[in-house]
Amino acid sequence: MRSRIPVILLACGSFNPTTNMHMRLFELARDHLHQTGRYQVIEGIMSPVSDSYGKKGLVSARHRVAMARLALETSDWIRVDPWESQQDTWTETVKVLRHHYNEALRTFQSKEFTRNKHPTESSTGDSLSCQQPVIPELKLLCGADFLQTFKTPNLWKEEDIKEIVGKFGLVCISRAGSDPSQLIQESDLLSKFQHNIFLVREWIQNEVSATQIRSALCRGLSVKYLIPDSVIAYIAQHNVYTAESERRNQGHLLQPLRLKTQQ
Amino acid sequence: MAMEDPDRKTEVVLLACGSFNPITNMHLRLFELAKDYFHETGKYKVIKGIISPVGDAYKKKGLISANHRVTMAKLATKNSDWVEVDDWESCQSEWLETLKVLRYHHQKLLSADVTNSLQDAVPITKLGRKRKQEQNRHEPIKKKNQSPVVKSVPQVKLLCGSDMLESFGVPNLWKLEDITEIVEKHGLVCISRAGNNVQKFIYESDILWRHKNNIHLVEEWITNDISSTKIRRALRRGQSIRYLVPDVVRTYIEKNRLYSAESEDRNAGLVLAPLQKHASEPRSSQALNN
Repeated sequence: MRSRIPVILLACGSFNPTTNMHMRLFELARDHLHQTGRYQVIEGIMSPVSDSYGKKGLVSARHRVAMARLALETSDWIRVDPWESQQDTWTETVKVLRHHYNEALRTFQSKEFTRNKHPTESSTGDSLSCQQPVIPELKLLCGADFLQTFKTPNLWKEEDIKEIVGKFGLVCISRAGSDPSQLIQESDLLSKFQHNIFLVREWIQNEVSATQIRSALCRGLSVKYLIPDSVIAYIAQHNVYTAESERRNQGHLLQPLRLKTQQ
Repeated sequence: MAMEDPDRKTEVVLLACGSFNPITNMHLRLFELAKDYFHETGKYKVIKGIISPVGDAYKKKGLISANHRVTMAKLATKNSDWVEVDDWESCQSEWLETLKVLRYHHQKLLSADVTNSLQDAVPITKLGRKRKQEQNRHEPIKKKNQSPVVKSVPQVKLLCGSDMLESFGVPNLWKLEDITEIVEKHGLVCISRAGNNVQKFIYESDILWRHKNNIHLVEEWITNDISSTKIRRALRRGQSIRYLVPDVVRTYIEKNRLYSAESEDRNAGLVLAPLQKHASEPRSSQALNN
């Protein structure tokens, strides 16, 4: 049996707040990669963007991380990583990928080290562990709208996109009715690396955008069953989303756009 | 009174009938959306939501035992403070028309109302008498307590997705007189997606059009398409259903291995109970559009 390539899925975004849909993206991606028979998803990482991203209505990273943590309490494979949110300035997605890849490598090497130190222990394990261990791959997980943003002028650096799809890889969840494959064909860069772009079709429409959640909350409408109960309780307890919080960063340029126009 | 009296809002109980095979987050959302809608009108107060899983005699393909379906619905509503599960319909040995389930719950509320006032009367007889006296004396201080002198019985409205409304048009599935009584005496709350043909469907039916004031159309602002059929399909294929059904339901399904290729074959080739019943009746008025 050929051993499967271990994969870590990384999702970057505001998570303002984390919705059931965010978590569905992970589940769908994992199912898809497992079905290829070539991959074994070993971990999912949710990485909320830092406050300096400057997006309208973005509440403090402290809250966003706490909500994501609550939302993922019941998951045995997805976790929140606050590293990106703790950076003083906004971090390009490619740098977040590099950081987590280095972290994964380090974990892998330390495991290797212990394995070599106690070879007998591991050889008594299951057949998989006898094989040459494979270095995990890190892939960026995104929704269909994410691919679209590659076309937004000034939002992305060409070399970043190249590194993301070339070196790491993309898992893109698309909704019925939208066709990201066309978007890939239209781009020379994306079509060159399309072997590294996994398109996953979502059959069960479940579009819960965080923006819709926030506006419902401001209007006093129920968001139950769209986001976990624990997150609803947290929002109420800390009064996270208000008309005022929604005005935060209003009129501001997104940090990536600001940096680009300054150059 | 110039100020709106909150006590004078019409009380509403929402009843959802269906297979709930299994219950999904979408079913639970229907209740939340309907409640928000009624409260926003300022005229209604939703006091309760009832989930009534259909009995096994419905003979729908892939329908697993009511016992499991009721348990899952109960687990799913554990964290809700207003939606509950009622197993009366599912305990009947024969399939029951939805109208009869509506009537049953209406009756139950009627009698509960009587029992409640009887129960209330025991410990607070004095207060009750006092209230009457106060009424005569036109005591202004206690005025607020006076308004629900004759407390009206809550209305039981049938809660459904647009698919159910459209099923009114399926030959033999519904009796015309049943549809009439549902929309005339009880009322419908239909959650529909933006761009849906529900309005057109109502327009094209004389009965529905006549009672359109008793048909509440609630537009769903977040597309949610978590049908039970799709959940079962995902389960058969070993795909994740996490975050589409409550976690307790997912655990229950996994623990009891509820859905498989075999369970999906249950009732295969059988005629749906309503179709069998209505087709065998000598002359049932069927067509919705005359």
